[in-house]
Amino acid sequence: MAHKTTIWKITSLLLGLGLLAMIMYGCPSQTGMLDTGDAAQRVYVAPGEYDEYYAFFSGGYSGQLSVWGLPSARMFRNIPVFSQDPESGYGYSEETKPLLMTSYGFIPWDDSHHPDFSHTDGMPDGRWIFINANNTPRVARIDLTTFETVETLELPNTGGNHASTFVTENTEYILGATRFSIPYEMDKDVPIDSYKENFDGSLSFIAVDPESGEMSMDFQIIMPPYHYDLGRAGKGPSADWAFFTTYNTEQAHTLLEINASEFDKDYVVAVNWRKAQEYVREGRARTVPANYYHNLKGKNTGIAVSNVHDEVLLLDPEDAPGMIYFLPTPKSPHGVDIDPTGEYIVAGGKLATVIPVHSFSRMLEAIDNEAFEEVINGIPVLEYEATIIGEVENPGLGPLHTEFDGDGNAYTSVYISSEIVKWSLETFEVTDRIDAYYSIGHLMITGGDTPNPDRKYMVGLTKTARDRFLPTGPKQLHPAQLYDISGDRMELLLDFPTIGEPHYAQAIRADKIRDNVKQIYDLDENQHPHAVKRPRDARVVRDGDVVRVYMTNIRSHFTPDNIEGIRVGDTVYFHLTNIEQDWDMVHGFAIKGANSGEVLIAPGETKTIVWHPQRTGIFPFYCTAFCSALHQEMQGYVRVSPVGSDVSLSWRTGDE
Amino acid sequence: MQQVIRILLLLIISLVYTGCGNGNGEERETAAARDEAAELTEFELEHGIGPVTERLDIGDLDVERARRGADIFDRRCTACHRMGRRFVGPPVGDVTEERSPEFIINFILNPEEMTNRHPVGQELLQEYMTIMPYQNVTKEQAIEIVDFLRYYAETGEDLRD
Repeated sequence: MAHKTTIWKITSLLLGLGLLAMIMYGCPSQTGMLDTGDAAQRVYVAPGEYDEYYAFFSGGYSGQLSVWGLPSARMFRNIPVFSQDPESGYGYSEETKPLLMTSYGFIPWDDSHHPDFSHTDGMPDGRWIFINANNTPRVARIDLTTFETVETLELPNTGGNHASTFVTENTEYILGATRFSIPYEMDKDVPIDSYKENFDGSLSFIAVDPESGEMSMDFQIIMPPYHYDLGRAGKGPSADWAFFTTYNTEQAHTLLEINASEFDKDYVVAVNWRKAQEYVREGRARTVPANYYHNLKGKNTGIAVSNVHDEVLLLDPEDAPGMIYFLPTPKSPHGVDIDPTGEYIVAGGKLATVIPVHSFSRMLEAIDNEAFEEVINGIPVLEYEATIIGEVENPGLGPLHTEFDGDGNAYTSVYISSEIVKWSLETFEVTDRIDAYYSIGHLMITGGDTPNPDRKYMVGLTKTARDRFLPTGPKQLHPAQLYDISGDRMELLLDFPTIGEPHYAQAIRADKIRDNVKQIYDLDENQHPHAVKRPRDARVVRDGDVVRVYMTNIRSHFTPDNIEGIRVGDTVYFHLTNIEQDWDMVHGFAIKGANSGEVLIAPGETKTIVWHPQRTGIFPFYCTAFCSALHQEMQGYVRVSPVGSDVSLSWRTGDE
Repeated sequence: MQQVIRILLLLIISLVYTGCGNGNGEERETAAARDEAAELTEFELEHGIGPVTERLDIGDLDVERARRGADIFDRRCTACHRMGRRFVGPPVGDVTEERSPEFIINFILNPEEMTNRHPVGQELLQEYMTIMPYQNVTKEQAIEIVDFLRYYAETGEDLRD
């Protein structure tokens, strides 16, 4: 008995202490806990709660763009851009195939690198995000009300569009450039070792319509045959300028690993794009032949249409004084990043022992004073000492990219030594360093490339996972790490696998996008020429060997769902209209033997898939997206008869 | 004494448990809360659960309104409904004679909850095995559909023809 009492006493004492602690220190679920250094608390977003940021990760060689929440690192969507998508049917459906058309034909899969948002006053405005295709050079626009690719534009006379899609302060231009110099003249057949005579570089300025977002190739600048690696638009005082890094100023064309690493310095290119635009408007650019595709999805039809262009405006620096300069920069610089004030131009000297920092205001002075070392093809080379303002010592091996926190700190990813170094924009001294797992490429700070960063999270986009996760064979997904940068020291919060190779990423406060996201496509606004907006208009029409099936989907049947009179050798288009008007009520469509794939149809949308029946028989089709309790019943049959059969065309749904 | 300790303990435990609310201050609906809400008001039993919570004065049958309703019905409802016979869903030619306008409007505007919580909705689910989809019809359009159905019930004429 006495024993029992003691237990009671101890229990009540403990509970009393707990209560006291709660009163004194507050509830564990609230903010007090966040300061304890518990990483799990800081990335935990409770079920049903929303993340603070949308983050968009380039899919690298998957050609996609994946959408994540920060800080939870939950993936919301994988948007196909430069690749066919075996989930949505993007690039398989007749409506979306044209988005993958180029002057080289249909390209099913490309390599995407650098996403960038549309900007208003330098800040992401949540309207569109752009991303480049590196291999067959293109840029794409993704509409952030639907998270769908709506436009692609090919870059003529460009070999690898890597320094893209960096966007100017008010989305006047998207930058592009040739990564691999090639003969500028289209399809020119010359010996490769005539590189110095026949090869050229080019920079591209892609205009964006401020209302519609529609892109157009405004002009290109012809450049010496160097390699143009990365770009950035200026901001604030430097907003009228665009910056690019170069490598291979040696003009090597073989074994670049050795031959493009000979010189001590390559260049940062500074282009006054506003001046260039004036020159172009004055008529100083030449019109030259080109061949490139512009593919645009119709706003209400949902059908992408290709337009082929056959010329482009080309500006030669020889004809455009005061527009473009070279800033000598240590050994094969990679990233070129502009601090939030627009004053510092930070280059990632990937083979250099320092991080060189140029000053924009000193650059303008040097231009005024004509502090030129030489002039190459009409482009003055400024003296190194005239523009450089700092060299960050001891940055580790292989500094690549830099982002900023708005409090005077810069963060540079360092590839070879696999770390991130934090340094001061005042003293140019390293103040902190943290490991990356493993071999970091880009890094991204929330708003870290804007005039007004959120000093919250930093994502390191690393190249190899090795032992970080449960192993999945010789090839594993590329990882990313989430860091907290709000304090004096950088802190690692999370390590997670990603899709493809996310070269670069962008983040935006969720409220900039969230409330504008569409829940359905309004059926009343659907202007697809083959849409069925009333179930009674569902029908099958034959025109020679071409049969068009106008079909509706709703939970849980197709109209019509029995079709006869199709013959071997026909070309059958299934035009599927999802007549649902409820959020997220998608239907799919697949028919046995279809070589063109499947499609997924969003509510209110019309999608088309083509089918070439090659054998007689009965072909079931069904809804591939689990849509209701009677989803299994959402199916139908097509009867295929031989060539010349007299089975007449007929269709039904139930007894109608 | 033990009784006193027990009561004190209970008090302390309940304080500890209730002292910490949800961080964002929002009450989350739990399954238990939904069960309690299964009790329907008399209005809800008669006129349905949804945005319409009191009798509407939709007035007499308005033929122009009924014509507009015919168009919406044709686009949004005919995938599943016929006037005089069962199709995917029940026949609707005489529904206005059985149900109040408010009931029909609530069913159109809030089909999921009507199926999950209303006895009539549950009965319909048992019979038709499918839940009526929400079709993004506005309240005004739902009134127009009611007039289209009232017109049919009164005259036998289908304004879509």
